[in-house]
Amino acid sequence: MKRIEAIIRPSALRAVLDGLKAVGYSGVTVSEVQGHGTQKGITESYRGQSVEGLLPKLAITVVVGDKQVNKVIQIIARTARTGEIGDGKIFVSPVLTAIRIRTGEKGEKAL
Amino acid sequence: MKALQRFFEVLKKKSVLTLMAGFSFLTAVSAMAQTAPVAAATPVTAAPAVSPISAGDTAWVLVSAALVMLMTPGLAFFYGGMVRRKNVLATIMQSFFLVALISVQWVIWGYSVAFGPGNDFAGGFSWMMLNNIGAINPAAPTIPHYAFMIFQAMFAVITPALITGAYAERVSFKGFVVFSLLWAAVVYDPIAHWVWGGGYFKDALDFAGGTVVHMSSGYSALTLALLLGTRKNFKKESMVPHNLTLVLLGAGLLWFGWFGFNAGSALSANELACNAFVTTNTAAAMAALIWCLIEFLHHGKATSLGAASGAVAGLVAITPACGYVNVGGALWIGALVSVFCYMAIQIKVQMGYDDSLDAFGVHGVGGTWGAIATGIWATKAVNAAGADGWIASGHFTQVLIQLKTAGATALYSVVVTVILYFIVSKTVGFRVDAKSEELGLDLSQHGEEGYSQNLG
Repeated sequence: MKRIEAIIRPSALRAVLDGLKAVGYSGVTVSEVQGHGTQKGITESYRGQSVEGLLPKLAITVVVGDKQVNKVIQIIARTARTGEIGDGKIFVSPVLTAIRIRTGEKGEKAL
Repeated sequence: MKALQRFFEVLKKKSVLTLMAGFSFLTAVSAMAQTAPVAAATPVTAAPAVSPISAGDTAWVLVSAALVMLMTPGLAFFYGGMVRRKNVLATIMQSFFLVALISVQWVIWGYSVAFGPGNDFAGGFSWMMLNNIGAINPAAPTIPHYAFMIFQAMFAVITPALITGAYAERVSFKGFVVFSLLWAAVVYDPIAHWVWGGGYFKDALDFAGGTVVHMSSGYSALTLALLLGTRKNFKKESMVPHNLTLVLLGAGLLWFGWFGFNAGSALSANELACNAFVTTNTAAAMAALIWCLIEFLHHGKATSLGAASGAVAGLVAITPACGYVNVGGALWIGALVSVFCYMAIQIKVQMGYDDSLDAFGVHGVGGTWGAIATGIWATKAVNAAGADGWIASGHFTQVLIQLKTAGATALYSVVVTVILYFIVSKTVGFRVDAKSEELGLDLSQHGEEGYSQNLG
């Protein structure tokens, strides 16, 4: 099992979720985050003082079986891409185990 | 006997209950010292034998009192939106609580000291609990005395609330309460007496409180900002407004309420009130435009905070002038206040002191400009009971009177605030400790969250 974490533009979320739905995904966690990569933060202004702000992004996390990892990565990358700086990044990390709380199932069965 | 001993033991342990019991006892005692019914007492000075009470004037002044009252919750939002999320309730609470605190202080002794008979420095206590106040106040012969008193109460309420902007996000609730009560009693009440109560500066032109309200609070604010020091991590941590929508809401409420503050100060529903109303709106509007223009030239974008700040600065500056100047004067006063206040804020940043919400930058500087501007643009053509300023008369006489009053107000406010700062710091404490400041005042002072996430 792998955890796929993608930092994407907020405006890309709907497209990403629709893309994942098409191949069937068992769950997703989305959180609002702030940050920047090569895309610099935005300059805000308060009573004449400039302040560097971070950019709002979304972090979406899915945990999938090893066989689906590449397909899911491709879908996220395709649906979240605009070609402009700030499209985001995808990170993949190993997951030791997973448990479904309701039934107690373990491993890929829990996904 | 034993029961009595047990009773006192409990009182000693439960000190809060003791305080409440004692307070209730005092309240009962003072309630028995009846306030004189307004109509029955004799007037203090030689009032006319027949004083016609005007229904129109009374209605307008009562409505104005309510409008000014609304300005304090408006200020609460104006300031509340500018602080960080973790301090929003504490900031709002400071303003809101003052409505309660000063309303009570005013009727017990504040009104007597500010407007009662006494000497040039202050009225005495002969009008305590509103006893002996007479059917009318000679300053407002066509409205019942209570209308004048309660209108003035709302001014006394909002003035200490203005100061909270300077020490936002870093004082304890206890310190704030004690300081504000003392400040109202020994700074606001005497200064109001000097300008409006027949004291030292009765020749100064201050229609609605540019000196009495904005300068006194503004210079006290600067003093406290310097004495209390900067917020923890000032310049290292981001301290931007957490909710500008609240700021704009507050600014709108302030602009609305200010019609009562300024036009109500005519104490009549007449042409003078209309002049004050129009100059107030005009100055606020012009100041907002100019502030946006300055921002556009300085940073390429006009901001909503700038529009709100400009409007408030314009309202501050026109406050002393509104019943003495015409529309032309109002346009100039509004335009220039934004220049001065915007510059003052940039200077503040350069100098590095932490007047967190620009209480001095807007009210202190704006009030000073307004006081001087009144001396420049006042004309008897607008208000025969006023004076001719520099433009109308060619003389500096009124400007000098204004400067004298402004100087005395600023100096007195600063000196007394320094003294009060040390008294409060050494007794109940003023600045919070670093941990409380880090946690945020909502939780540390009030055990509340402004926007409860309620995760559990």
